[in-house]
Order: sequence, then structure tokens, then C-alpha cells
Amino acid sequence: MIRVILPAHLRLLAKAAGEVELEVEGPATLRSVLDALEARYPMLRGTIRDHVTRERRPFIRFFACAEDLSHESPDALLPEAVAAGREPLLLVGAIAGG
Amino acid sequence: MSQVRVLVGTRKGAFVLTSDGKRERWEVSGPHFGGWEIYHLKGSPADPNRLYASQSTGWHGQLIQRSNDGGKTWEPVGNKFVYEGTPGTHQWYDGTPHPWEFKRVWHLEPSLTDPDTVYAGVEDASLFRSTDGGQTWQELPGLRGHGSGPQWQPGAGGMCLHTILLDPGDPARMFIAISAAGAFRTTDGGETWQPINRGLRSEFIPDPTAEVGHCVHHIAMHPSRPNVLFMQKHWDVMRSDDSGGEWREISGNLPTDFGFAIDVHAHEPETIYVVPIKSDLEHYPPEGKLRVYRSRTGGEEWEPLTRGLPQSDCYVNVLRDAMAVDSLDSCGVYFGTTGGQVYVSADAGDSWAPIVRDLPAVVSVEVRTLP
Repeated sequence: MIRVILPAHLRLLAKAAGEVELEVEGPATLRSVLDALEARYPMLRGTIRDHVTRERRPFIRFFACAEDLSHESPDALLPEAVAAGREPLLLVGAIAGG
Repeated sequence: MSQVRVLVGTRKGAFVLTSDGKRERWEVSGPHFGGWEIYHLKGSPADPNRLYASQSTGWHGQLIQRSNDGGKTWEPVGNKFVYEGTPGTHQWYDGTPHPWEFKRVWHLEPSLTDPDTVYAGVEDASLFRSTDGGQTWQELPGLRGHGSGPQWQPGAGGMCLHTILLDPGDPARMFIAISAAGAFRTTDGGETWQPINRGLRSEFIPDPTAEVGHCVHHIAMHPSRPNVLFMQKHWDVMRSDDSGGEWREISGNLPTDFGFAIDVHAHEPETIYVVPIKSDLEHYPPEGKLRVYRSRTGGEEWEPLTRGLPQSDCYVNVLRDAMAVDSLDSCGVYFGTTGGQVYVSADAGDSWAPIVRDLPAVVSVEVRTLP
């Protein structure tokens, strides 16, 4: 079970209160977790990753275990603590806007 | 008794304002989608309960929301806008080629007859259509694929397709406008397009006969006369009596002919409204006086409408999609400002009152008369 914390706008959009808990098939990577997230909440498609390129949107960052994973390969294994559900994966919106 | 429903898109959410036919007391619902930019929302002429809204932020990109109950509840629908084929390039601000990139939906225009069909005008400029209530979107690539596409260049607000006019008498004919490519017309349902910019003059374009490149801000049409179009251009208020074949200036005695919004009285096809803005460097009204100007002669002769509007120290803007009219017997006129006010006139512009004063900056205003 993987724990994911969404930014506030996306929690509202997905009508997901608090953390999201996901079952992920195979190795826990950014790609597999985001695939599972979008399968559970189709309205999130395009809001975290580009629809076509599947690349992270510029003002979104991925953090876990006090590390910035935003520039990791989408197929890199997530930290073991995230894969084991002890730590959440955080999707964070940049401090930006007006 | 009739009701009116005003749909207001702002920089931080959508608001629904409702009143009876007197248009004196209003209920305010919102913000819907608080914190998101709502460039536009509009109801289906074929089903008053069906609404579409364009919702976006820099963080999460574009969403489309749909309501089936007049705005009480909403559901996200399709948000995948992908250009057909290889998008190619248009011109960047400095004249260099720049790849076409989808950024946001500026305007949603529901079909006049089918609640599930809706058009979306997007930045970078193109036209999309959904025929399944917004679940999926397909580009009408003939517009972007018009031979002039590589010459199109963004206006200061981006290269947006902001105006979509559907001809009530001919479902195959529509008009669109792009900043800063100009106006285009299709007569075959969007397969092919013709630029309709003859007669427009823009100082920044060296060639006075240029087919494209004009910064059209908005176009309005009275549904009973779809061959007559009124345009607020970057500078100049223009008119065409032949479906855009030729334009002529009707700025007349306006204090300035720069502006964004333009609309037509619901029952008088020769009565039109604009909100003059001082200049493209100063996006506020001249002399700090917020004045709507009305022409009852189809242009050239304009009268200021000031009663109830601030006549000192007012420095707001009125954006291109932020004016609308209702269809009650005494035509109501509405506009929203970047200062967060939405004004109503229940007497065709003679007098005005604020419905709300303190919304986020208003981007769009649409109104619907309900039974």
C-alpha cells in the first residue's frame, strides 16, 4: 500500500480527504504510483503529468523521505519506506502564483 | 416571472448571480472552483441546466467542468486538448518560429441546438469541438492549418482564440477571432476557413492589405442579422455588413477607440455597446470615469452612459468576454471589471447598479434569461 498526499486543489478535485492509499502492482515507482492514482481518480489526468508526454507539469514537485524526487527517472524505485507505506509520497505545488 | 442567471468567471473562481426579472435583488452563489482561474463559463441555449466552465491554473493546467443542474453541482469532464498531427510553428513575439503549445481554453461556445456539442477556443490559437458533452475534444484542424498559421503571432495576452459566433440561420457557418491573427469565417462547419480582415487597419502592420495579423479583441452579432458583425479591435471599433467581407470604422465620437468588450442590444440590432479604454499602455478608462458608450445607429454616433457608474478615480478594465445582454423585454446589459464589480443595467444602459463589488478580477460575464 502506497500513501500519497495530494496538493489541496487536487484533493478537492478528486473529492479525496486526507491521504490517498493506493495498491500498486509491481515495483513502486513514480510512474506506477501516478498510473494507479490516475486510474482511481481519472479527473486528475493531465493535472500532474502532461496528457501526451507524461512528463511532470512544471509547477509540480515530488517529495518523499525529505528528498526531492522530481528529477528522478519515472521508473526509478521509490524509497523503501514509501514502498512499504511507512512514509507518504508528497505531490507539491510550487510556491507561485498571485 | 422570468429570471436571469449571470455566470461570472474570475481569476479566482466562478460565481452564479440570479435575480427575478426586475434585476434589483440578487443572490450570489460561489466561489465555485475557488482559487482557480475561470476564463469562461456558458450555458447551452438548448438546455438551460447544462453549463460548461473552463477552469485552469498554472499548477494543474486545464480542466473543463460541466453542470447539469444550472450550476448547483459540477463534474469534471475531458481535459485532453491535443492538436491534430504535427502542430508546427507560429511566430513568437520577436518574429522567430515558436512551436504550437496548448495552454488553456479561453472561450466555450455551446451549440445552439445540441447540449452535448460545445466548441472551445484555445491558446495557442485553435478551435476544438466536443460532441459528447465535453468528455472528449477534437481539434478542427482546418483553422490552424490555414496557410497563414505560421505567420500568426500572439497578442500581449497570448495567442488566444477568444471569440466564437455561431450563425443561428446556418449551422455550417461560424466566425472566430484570434489575437493577434484576426477574424476568420467558415461556411462548411469548420473544415475550411477564410480570413475576414479586409478593411482593418493596424499601425503595427506595415502592409495595409495584410490578410492576417490584426489584433481583434472581440466580435458581436445580433442573432437576427448574422451578416452584420461589430468588432472591437485593439484600436478601432469596426462594422461589417457582409459577414466580414469588408470592414469599416464606426468609432465616430468615442473618446478613445481602444477597448475590449462589445455587444449588441437583444432587441435592437443597431444598438451596440462598448467600454472605451484609454490606451493599450493604460488599461483603464479615460479620466478615471467608467463609461459605457451606446450607439443606437449601428456606430459612428455614441452617447456615454454614466448613471450609477463611478465617474471619478476609477481605473479598472473591462475584458473582452466580460459583457453580455439578457433578452427580457427591457434589455438588461451586464459587464464585469478587473476590480471585481459586476454592473447591471435593467434599462438598456440608461442606469446602472453594481450586483457585486468585491469579486476577484472578472474575466467573463454571460447571462441567460430563464422562464
